Amino acid sequence: MNNSSENYNYDDRKGPSDEDLLKTFRPASELEETEDIGEFDEAEIKRLRQSGIDLSGSGRAGSFMQTNCTVQRSDCHVQGIELLPITEALKKYDGLKDYWWRLIPTGKDAFTREADQGLDNGYFMRVLPGEKVAYPVQAGLYIRNENVAQRVHNIVIAEEGSELHVITGCATHPHLTSGLHIGVSEFYVKKGARLVFTMIHNWGKNVYARPRTGIRVEEGGTFLSNYISLKGVRSIQMFPSAILAGPNALARFNSVIVAPDGSDIDTGARVILEAPGTRAEIISRTISYGGHVVARGHLIGLAPEIKAHLECQGLILADHGMIHSIPELEAHVADVDMSHEAAIGRIAQEEIEYLMARGLSEEDATSTIVRGFLDVRIEGLPPDLDEELQAVVRKSQKGI
Amino acid sequence: MLQVEDLWVEVQGREVLKGINLQIGKGEIHCLFGKNGSGKTSLLMTLMGFSDYRVRYGRIIFKGKDITRMPVNERARMGLGLSFQRPPTLKGVRLRDLLALYGKDPDVGSQLAAAYNFGRFLEREVNLGFSGGEIKKSELLQLLAQGPDLILLDEPESGVDAENLNVIREMIRRLLQKDLPRDRQRSGLIITHTGFILNYVTADKGHVMMDGQMYCQGNPLDIFERIQRHGYEECVKCHLYD
Repeated sequence: MNNSSENYNYDDRKGPSDEDLLKTFRPASELEETEDIGEFDEAEIKRLRQSGIDLSGSGRAGSFMQTNCTVQRSDCHVQGIELLPITEALKKYDGLKDYWWRLIPTGKDAFTREADQGLDNGYFMRVLPGEKVAYPVQAGLYIRNENVAQRVHNIVIAEEGSELHVITGCATHPHLTSGLHIGVSEFYVKKGARLVFTMIHNWGKNVYARPRTGIRVEEGGTFLSNYISLKGVRSIQMFPSAILAGPNALARFNSVIVAPDGSDIDTGARVILEAPGTRAEIISRTISYGGHVVARGHLIGLAPEIKAHLECQGLILADHGMIHSIPELEAHVADVDMSHEAAIGRIAQEEIEYLMARGLSEEDATSTIVRGFLDVRIEGLPPDLDEELQAVVRKSQKGI
Repeated sequence: MLQVEDLWVEVQGREVLKGINLQIGKGEIHCLFGKNGSGKTSLLMTLMGFSDYRVRYGRIIFKGKDITRMPVNERARMGLGLSFQRPPTLKGVRLRDLLALYGKDPDVGSQLAAAYNFGRFLEREVNLGFSGGEIKKSELLQLLAQGPDLILLDEPESGVDAENLNVIREMIRRLLQKDLPRDRQRSGLIITHTGFILNYVTADKGHVMMDGQMYCQGNPLDIFERIQRHGYEECVKCHLYD
């Protein structure tokens, strides 16, 4: 029934090498049809809405939309934000010297090298000092054609004392099965600024995603990351890394990951607490319906009076599922407060029966618990995503 | 209302109930006394039907129906309700959501919570970081929303601070239809260590449990007074001479 030690071979699931993967897909910039995107159909609009992107732009301070390598829109209707395709920003700001490849080395791996050499655009966002933007800015990165590699590089700068919520929806066309997304993102949170970054992945069954993310938070700044992936995907591998460079800076990573059969998701976050009084939290909730998940977390305490916590919780709701939780704490000074908790299992019978004792059926009790498990209360979550969450919850009712 | 006949129960291979007999009539309130580990909680958990509590022998009849093998939720729907002593924590599940699931009227929960000064708890995750008193209030609130006919209370007063004690008492009185002493429809089976509950709930009968057995049945006040004066050892002696 379950993987026994003899037939368990993790290498089998690793798939092609990075180099082979890059050869499999053709770069988005080489597509002939990219100049004429035309209109999206109903299914595409819905797909994007479920990824947090509302093409009407309502309830958004600004919108960026890139399909394959073509930027269709990059508009903002509030003061205080600059939103540009990254290629334009590079020209305007003379190569963005202080920000371009400053948090991630170009030679980190095959994918960063690929993004460095062949760029299909990306977005540049900058909130001016002291500007507090009430509505989120949305950025859609959409792969519309089969077998395409989309390579983007994004820069987000929250200047001193500013506030911004960015929703990034990364999706493939509803009927598309195969693709590769390489997304390099660098976030700069200046003194006292607050940046919320919500990213929703909505890929197809044979899609590979390789985001490469670096974050730098200065004194008193806050970076909050929410990551959601509910749909089937072939493979996601990412490990965003945040440096808390100034005193009292804060970073928090929340992720909700559902891995259906055939999905391989290797994700987590690293926070380097470099300055005194900084705080970090990494929280992940993972459900495997037969897919494989590696839930990582690495907290590095380099300064006194820091506080950091790591929490990986996993539910395996189908045979052959695998969750590998790797929480790491690393302290280099004595005066730190660092902790982690990790728990994997099925839903506790005690919890199900507690609800059944109030009259709920076993199915309703189970779905109530799963709904709670996935509830990380993300601010500004699109209502259409809720539909997707309900689908995940309904799936849990079918039992193991 | 309830009839328990020669009930033998084991938990993970260990015998916890050894031939329990018990009868509770409509509108009657019974109290269970006994030391820690005597089997009181096991009896309540078995009546409710939890899977860890395996009935080896005997029967449980509720409202004339044999419920010995009935699933937990069907017993609850028939009108059995339990207030847990140590309920599990439900992460991400808000008390408000639960109350809405139990009652037919979704507002019942909020009204109840407001009535018992518990409104701010509605948005909290169930039992997460609740104090002893808060757990009791949350349990009783859920029972009030559920409205069972036979109410099983497991030490409803333990760990409750003085401030909350009066509220807990009010909730228990309402649950047990204190305002209808003659026409009470609901029955209760209450585990109590302290016996304080006897000050505001008129119990019809008391039972002493020891080592998985019922030792004595009678007037609850008399029994409690004897226990206070002589300890449970007296019950053993009394039982021997019975």
